[in-house]
Amino acid sequence: MSFISYIINGLSLGAVYAIIALGYTMVYGIAKMLNFAHGDVIMVGAYVVFVLVSGLGLAPLIGIFASVAVCTAAGVLIMMIAYRPLLQVSKLAVLITAIGVSYFLQNVALLIFGADTKSFTSVVSFKGFTLADGRINVTGETVVTIAACIIIMIVLTLFIKYTKAGRAMLAVSEDAGAAQLMGVNVNGTIALTFAIGSALAAVAGVLLCSSYPSLTPYTGSMPGIKAFVAAVFGGIGSIPGAFIGGLLLGIIEILGKAYISSQMADAIVFAVLIVVLLVKPTGLLGKEVQEKV
Amino acid sequence: MKKIFTKDNSTYIIVILAYILVEVLINTGHLSSLMKGLLVPLCVYVILAVSLNLTVGILGELSLGHAGFMCVGAFSGAIFTQIIGDSMNGGLRFFIAIIIGAVVAAIFGIIIGIPVLRLKGDYLAIVTLAFGEIIKNIINILYLGVDDNGFHLSTQNAAALGLDPDSGRIIIKGAQGISGTPTNSNFTIGVILVLITLFVTLNLIHSRTGRAIMSIRDNRIAAESIGINITKYKLLAFTISAAFAGIAGVLYAHNLSSLTALPKNFGYNMSIMILVFVVLGGMGNIRGSVIAAVVLTLLPELLRGLNEYRMLIYSIVLIAVMIISWSPTAKAFRERYFGFLFKKKKGVS
Repeated sequence: MSFISYIINGLSLGAVYAIIALGYTMVYGIAKMLNFAHGDVIMVGAYVVFVLVSGLGLAPLIGIFASVAVCTAAGVLIMMIAYRPLLQVSKLAVLITAIGVSYFLQNVALLIFGADTKSFTSVVSFKGFTLADGRINVTGETVVTIAACIIIMIVLTLFIKYTKAGRAMLAVSEDAGAAQLMGVNVNGTIALTFAIGSALAAVAGVLLCSSYPSLTPYTGSMPGIKAFVAAVFGGIGSIPGAFIGGLLLGIIEILGKAYISSQMADAIVFAVLIVVLLVKPTGLLGKEVQEKV
Repeated sequence: MKKIFTKDNSTYIIVILAYILVEVLINTGHLSSLMKGLLVPLCVYVILAVSLNLTVGILGELSLGHAGFMCVGAFSGAIFTQIIGDSMNGGLRFFIAIIIGAVVAAIFGIIIGIPVLRLKGDYLAIVTLAFGEIIKNIINILYLGVDDNGFHLSTQNAAALGLDPDSGRIIIKGAQGISGTPTNSNFTIGVILVLITLFVTLNLIHSRTGRAIMSIRDNRIAAESIGINITKYKLLAFTISAAFAGIAGVLYAHNLSSLTALPKNFGYNMSIMILVFVVLGGMGNIRGSVIAAVVLTLLPELLRGLNEYRMLIYSIVLIAVMIISWSPTAKAFRERYFGFLFKKKKGVS
């Protein structure tokens, strides 16, 4: 029985990773950059909800909307100021500014909120339920997290497949130059991708802190890296890949913690990633790109 | 007549002049104890930056696990020092510890490099990051003890080592790491190691091997088609880079008496910080790496007067410097208004 509850916990954690990884992978697909600041946008989103809901006593739903709005604005602003001047120049230069942005966000949060851990009140009021005569306890956070992840995944897939903006994203990720020639607004599409990615990060931040209610300026850092791993695991640039990678990563982490060693959980996650990449060098669902001479 | 002030020689000269300057400042009492404490870490960072530049700038592969090799070197060197104890002269012991750190890190470089270097680009980056984190994680649960019967290894706790109560001695105490390492490192040794690193790296770059490595960076397929053994040269560069990271680790381990594998010193954050030095200094530019490592290490200390704002300013400076030095708009602006400051070099951009 405990195995099933571990799987459920793993799915819940994995759903958060999947949401973050979706943002990672979309940005990577479009801009071909590793956005190291993505994890810190999660932290920003969580702090916004913390201030509005725990501090000012507003309704959780208002807090979440405000958090999504703030993170979207922050994401686009970061892209315009720190990434856009360098996107066409060098991937590595953008990587470094992303690291700079990551430090910046962490230190702003440190200045405003201090280094002490804030206890985050869950935004989920649903109490959850028990299965198998009370032997398996499913918390409300778990239900909401998994549901949110599935909804986001479906909406995102439909958006990319059936809307003009979504198809523009596909076109830009395939070949930005050709897309521009076909009349696609490349800069606008990149901005939209960052907006969606950051909005997802806000949602992920709220869900993460609802399940694991301690909030510090460095909260987003490790989940950010894990989501990056999840995105690579599933094949970076692939949306279903990020979803599957996130869920698998969450399950592996929780099972590793439960059955092998709680201190080694991270190492196990990374070891699985290495094995997967050695067998399939572009991740589970990644596309093999043929190199031209 | 050979030119004395080549770019390479100027790198050595900068390091030596900096060393003389610092020694003069110390002897005249103008250096605060805070700055004195930074001198060895400065050397550590310079060695790390130069060695990572070999992987990132010369070989052209993005590695985010450099701190892992440093960690391996630090622990292997410190374990050796602990085992030998006082039965050997301090200087000789430290010398052997450095060699052991370099060799062990190089072995790890080969072990990790063989699978990792098959991957490309960002996949390679994430796997090196993964290896770095695994190394740190394993060291954190490792217990190592020694007694008359030999070595005892455990991943549980100190009691599980089953040491002989009389002669037993614990060397690695899990997450508490190694404590009581003699502090053999000093600024002079650090600078000597920096000069050795520079000498090896610069000579490697200018050798036939170095040109082969750079040809892989510039065009892998073209290099392969003229008969360059890609795997061999990639692995060679990666291993040398790892070995120097190991040396930096030994230097680091013998600077403070206690050594623990924290996310701060051996985690991915450290690897990223070294990468920042390399990119800011200029990819493939060894002198740039040295300068960037020194400036970026000193910057937060110089900003100490600003207290809690210093890391914020550091991050803004980092972003600003990247944009100013890389963005095409800023480049055009610079050439237009400050063009007279820079000598025009043909064919160099």
